[in-house]
Amino acid sequence: MMKTLVKRVLLLIATLLLVTILAFVAFSIIPGDPTSSILGVEATPEQIAALRDRLGLNLPIWQRYLHWLGGLLTGDLGESYNYGMPVAQLLATCVTHTLTLAVLAFVLIVAISLPLGIIAARYEGGVVDRVLTILNQITMSVPNFVAGILLVYVFGLVLRLFQPGAIVSPQTGWGPYLWYMLFPALAVALPRSAMTVKMLRGAILSELGQDYIRTAYSKGNSKSSALWRHVLRNAMIPVVTFLAMTVADIMAGSIVVEQVFGIPGLGKMLVTSIGNRDYPVVQAIVVLIATVVVVCNFAADLLYRVMDPRLRGR
Amino acid sequence: MMLQIEHLNIAFPNPKGHFEAVKDFSLHVEEGQVIGIVGESGSGKSMTAHAIMGLLDRKSVKVSGSIRFEGVELLDLTRTQMRSYQGKDLSIIFQEPMTSLNPTMKIGPQVEEALRIHTKMPPKERKQRALEAMALAGLPNGEQLYHQYPHQLSGGMRQRVMIAAALVLRPKLLIADEPTTALDVTIQAQILDTLREINRKEGIAILFISHDLGVIRALCHHVVVMQQGEIVEAGDVEQVFHHPQQGYTQRLIASRPTRTKLKAGGSHG
Ligand SMILES: Nc1ncnc2c1ncn2[C@@H]1O[C@H](COP(=O)(O)OP(=O)(O)O)[C@@H](O)[C@H]1O
Ligand SMILES: [Mg+2]
Repeated sequence: MMKTLVKRVLLLIATLLLVTILAFVAFSIIPGDPTSSILGVEATPEQIAALRDRLGLNLPIWQRYLHWLGGLLTGDLGESYNYGMPVAQLLATCVTHTLTLAVLAFVLIVAISLPLGIIAARYEGGVVDRVLTILNQITMSVPNFVAGILLVYVFGLVLRLFQPGAIVSPQTGWGPYLWYMLFPALAVALPRSAMTVKMLRGAILSELGQDYIRTAYSKGNSKSSALWRHVLRNAMIPVVTFLAMTVADIMAGSIVVEQVFGIPGLGKMLVTSIGNRDYPVVQAIVVLIATVVVVCNFAADLLYRVMDPRLRGR
Repeated sequence: MMLQIEHLNIAFPNPKGHFEAVKDFSLHVEEGQVIGIVGESGSGKSMTAHAIMGLLDRKSVKVSGSIRFEGVELLDLTRTQMRSYQGKDLSIIFQEPMTSLNPTMKIGPQVEEALRIHTKMPPKERKQRALEAMALAGLPNGEQLYHQYPHQLSGGMRQRVMIAAALVLRPKLLIADEPTTALDVTIQAQILDTLREINRKEGIAILFISHDLGVIRALCHHVVVMQQGEIVEAGDVEQVFHHPQQGYTQRLIASRPTRTKLKAGGSHG
């Protein structure tokens, strides 16, 4: 187990390094000069040269990369070309918005889909199961930004449970802030919850047909105790992997849904910064998102091993 | 009479009417007896075993006739009432030792599960009883196995774990549904020895199911022969073995040289 863990951690570090290389190189080789968006078109060649020198753009790419990486590791994300302020400071509120949205969406997915998946499987073919199957079908086929628009319309404009576009800052109070975030989180969560319900239901039903469940019944277990004591842990193994893969989707979904709800999160910042060729900002955002996804997958892999004894020590 | 099965019918409804897996099956088992059911694959042996244990799906399988256990008609019991027999007075081990244990649960809790369900015994005492059952099932290193997972054990060991779990409450009847079919012959002989010991020491009656009359003969006093859901021959096992009335029965005597290892109480083959 220890050896596997060390191997996994090394792999994690290697993956993250690769991510930084890709993020750096990709935005360094795409055409376009950041100086022109900073200085404007009527800048003199002398001004441009001086700025390139100041930004370190004349150094070889590997030197720039190492310099940037060194900064990353010490928590220095560099300075935004465009806003002239440290990237970390610039991104702080955007990151809060997007991560809050993503975490909330993830919590909602788990909170919605675990109970519903269990109920649907436990009462397979019953009224609840059939209603859920239909709802699932609908929810799965609605893209998250469409769900977002519908939620804005129904809860924002008709029911007036929140005021679309008027995001409350967390400084004003976490309660109102989270309440505002609940609706975009729901838009991100709904399609994924539908998939998770379907997946969990399928996993439970497939486990219920296994030989060891017959053994459980032969010892006097009721259907419920067979489900709770035997089925769930086995059925959760594939679901955990699925949820981990969902994290990448949630991040992507959050960035899209932010636009619908007028949240100034990473999505907006990313689009603006790409337009401005503000590479330090773009690179920081890309590395951040990739790190969240990679670390979540790492955690899921560990959890997977804890849950399935057959995989331990491999 | 402990177990009394009369005119048992088991049918699976299908679009064309229904398929009768077991037809007019009758069998009696006295306390402490070892009775065999032999028949080719698909002859309805497992369905019969599952019917006795109350493991057939009530919605999709039609069971009629009578299964009386100590005077109680099992077919009239509700699911909840039936549960008080499962794993307590009636136990079963299956043909598939590799898949019959929960892969994510340690051996110990699986062996003592029937105790947890049917008694209020404290955990320490449960463990003690589990270790005893494991010793009885031929697993002397129970203390070590207790914390292991099924995948760490061989098929033979897993079947012994199944036996221990089935014995933990000292049932009155143990149904062994082809317990050795998936195992190799040496292991098969050892497990048959263990079952014989269990019957002798604990007086637990065994309903032993096999497709091999030679194996049945190694263990049972009495045998019924099943073909396509029906009993085609029944009687004293030596009688049936030496003077089979049916060509079908004759074919159920597998001609394997290793059969002599099965301590059949006399030379044969
Ligand atoms: N769920 C089912 N639906 C329809 N037929 C079944 C089902 N389960 C078993 N059968 C049939 O019942 C017959 C008896 O099966 P079984 O008791 O398992 O035989 P065996 O003697 O090999 O244990 C077989 O022909 C089998 O195909
Ligand atoms: Mg069978």
